[in-house]
Amino acid sequence: MANQTLTMVQSINLALRREMRSDPSVIVYGQDVGVEGGVFRVTEGIQKEFGEQRCFDAPLAEAGIVGTAIGMAINGMKPVVEIQFSGFFFEAFSQMLCHAARMRNRSRGRFTVPMVVRMPYGGGIKALEHHSESMEAIMAHTPGLKVVIPSTPFDAKGLLIAAIRDPDPVIFMEPKRLYRAIKQEVPEEDYFIPIGKAAVVQEGKDITLIAYGSMIRECWQASQEAKKNGISCEILDLRTISPLDHESILTTVKKTGRAIVVHEAPRSFGAGAEVSALIHENLFHTLKSPVLRVTGFDTIMPLPRTENYYNPNAFRVLKAIELVMK
Amino acid sequence: MKIKKYEFILICILWHKYIKFTIVAKCSEILYSLNMFINKFDPLKKQMVQILDADGNHKEDLVPAELTPEVVKKLYEQMFFYRMVDARMLKMQRSGRMGTFASIEGQEAAQIGSEFAIQKTDWIVPAFREIAAMCAHGYPLDKYILYWRGNEIGSTPPKDVNVLPVSVPVGSQMLHAVGISWASKMRAEKTIALSYFGDGATSEGDFHEAMNFAGVYKTPTVFICQNNQYAISTPRSKQTASDTLAQKALAYGFPGVLVDGNDLFAMYAVTKEAAERARNGEGPTLIEAQTYRLADHTTSDDATKYREQEEVDEWRKKDPFIRLQKYLYKKGIWNKKYQAKLEEDLTVRVDEVMTAVESTPDQTPDDIFDYHYAEITQSLKEQKAYLKYILKQQK
Repeated sequence: MANQTLTMVQSINLALRREMRSDPSVIVYGQDVGVEGGVFRVTEGIQKEFGEQRCFDAPLAEAGIVGTAIGMAINGMKPVVEIQFSGFFFEAFSQMLCHAARMRNRSRGRFTVPMVVRMPYGGGIKALEHHSESMEAIMAHTPGLKVVIPSTPFDAKGLLIAAIRDPDPVIFMEPKRLYRAIKQEVPEEDYFIPIGKAAVVQEGKDITLIAYGSMIRECWQASQEAKKNGISCEILDLRTISPLDHESILTTVKKTGRAIVVHEAPRSFGAGAEVSALIHENLFHTLKSPVLRVTGFDTIMPLPRTENYYNPNAFRVLKAIELVMK
Repeated sequence: MKIKKYEFILICILWHKYIKFTIVAKCSEILYSLNMFINKFDPLKKQMVQILDADGNHKEDLVPAELTPEVVKKLYEQMFFYRMVDARMLKMQRSGRMGTFASIEGQEAAQIGSEFAIQKTDWIVPAFREIAAMCAHGYPLDKYILYWRGNEIGSTPPKDVNVLPVSVPVGSQMLHAVGISWASKMRAEKTIALSYFGDGATSEGDFHEAMNFAGVYKTPTVFICQNNQYAISTPRSKQTASDTLAQKALAYGFPGVLVDGNDLFAMYAVTKEAAERARNGEGPTLIEAQTYRLADHTTSDDATKYREQEEVDEWRKKDPFIRLQKYLYKKGIWNKKYQAKLEEDLTVRVDEVMTAVESTPDQTPDDIFDYHYAEITQSLKEQKAYLKYILKQQK
């Protein structure tokens, strides 16, 4: 089968269609996902292909969407629901934390919740208040959930297929600034990228840049600059925030002896702190320099005119590289 | 006899014009007669379905045919069993052999009556006071009690039992019942879901969302609100300015019915009707069961702080057992000797269950970690090994 050059929006759409074709229990719903195809058009054309029974608009209620999806998942369906923006997910967070994440444990495996909650996250598109947050750490802090964040169209398709086939609830966060920013060859056929496995997306020997989602691109740009000064950067794309791929993190840092963790989310108690702690606990004596973090601030996401003050970028990553290499 | 062509046409016309309509009319009459309560008792006028009143008088024409005296006797015995279990659990809790738990006392008819109206393949989505409904539907009683004793081994519903685990966050579980029954509807199955919750739960946003989704997508869900008049200490009057909780259904576009929750007959009859409506694709129903929590909220509560003894005494007179005893007495079944023998027999059963409960070992470190994901994660594996190592060191 031929490869297509797709944006992330298109590759996610393709993944949904593939799974819906092969598994009749997969259904898609959320606010405006049916007729309109979602505000970002991720589900465009799906209702047309699969009918209103399998792709439909939900009332404007996040807890209702997620809560009913939990029930459906318990009773044999595989709902893939969309939360329009991650900033509104918290209406549904109680359902995820109190029920989706715990149902397997609360019934010792009798009831399971194989569902996916998709949501665009992060800044960079000059959106309104509440539309640009990166709150993945809160999700990752919840026992029983899996949190997946793709950084490319290719990964988005493979990871979403894996998420839909996963027997447990998966939160699938889509970096909305990358929705249409990059195009990539995406195979038409079936493939999946395992959840819980990070990937070395660029090999290097001096320092490892550990990131995910929208920050991979910033890391790559910074590494190009660093190269000019003779610094060779390895880039590790976590792809899954929870469960974290300890092995891949430790392997790359063992090799380079230096690491910087980069994320858009607020600094304190974030994924960066977790990764840094993991490295220090395990590789303290092999580290050539302390692990640094390049992150968003512990502030509320600013309104669009100054969101660039908040967002970590290639320049900040480069500055951190220079500091670590000093 | 040979039918001529024009006669045949005439018969066809007659069939079409008259007989067919007669059959249709007859069918709708039957349907009409099946529908005796829902949409007939107006919650806005506070009309409450009651078949057996507090004094034991019953409305013969409303007694469902299935509820023969023998069946009622069985249900009575079932109800009484759970009251005895409840009393024993309280006794054990007071002597440190049971954890904090929520008593069912007073709500036995609401639960047994409604559970008896559904089929084994239907789903029960409980809150945390539904010992009778859950166990009558197949959740093993010893497991239920183990849960409240704090033992994870209790969280094991058997494979063929469609009862969700106890749900502690108030009002959060009705959405699951909507989703479960919606999934059944999508697959054109005839199973329905019945969800229990209390008066306090109707103040939660998730209650609104569950009712709203059920209404919009006409899911086969039966919502049973056991209005036991209190959410811990907060009275029903502080939960909503609505006259009844049942009337809230009207705003969501489906019927609500106010029922005497201490009346086994009424609870059975209305739930049966709601269940059949759901099964026939007519959508959800909200049942408000007017009942009373005779005990404290949980064993950690002291209800004397917020309600008067006179009020409790008044409700004691409406206890579901008193009226059932009077009814069964009239039917020649109940007398003091029968009651004494029943209590003697049930005590043996309670003893057996509690022996099973108390001889069940606690969960192991593995039990704490092993059920979070289909496949245990690396960090959980490490944390489990660490706990085992530490426990060994501590010994």
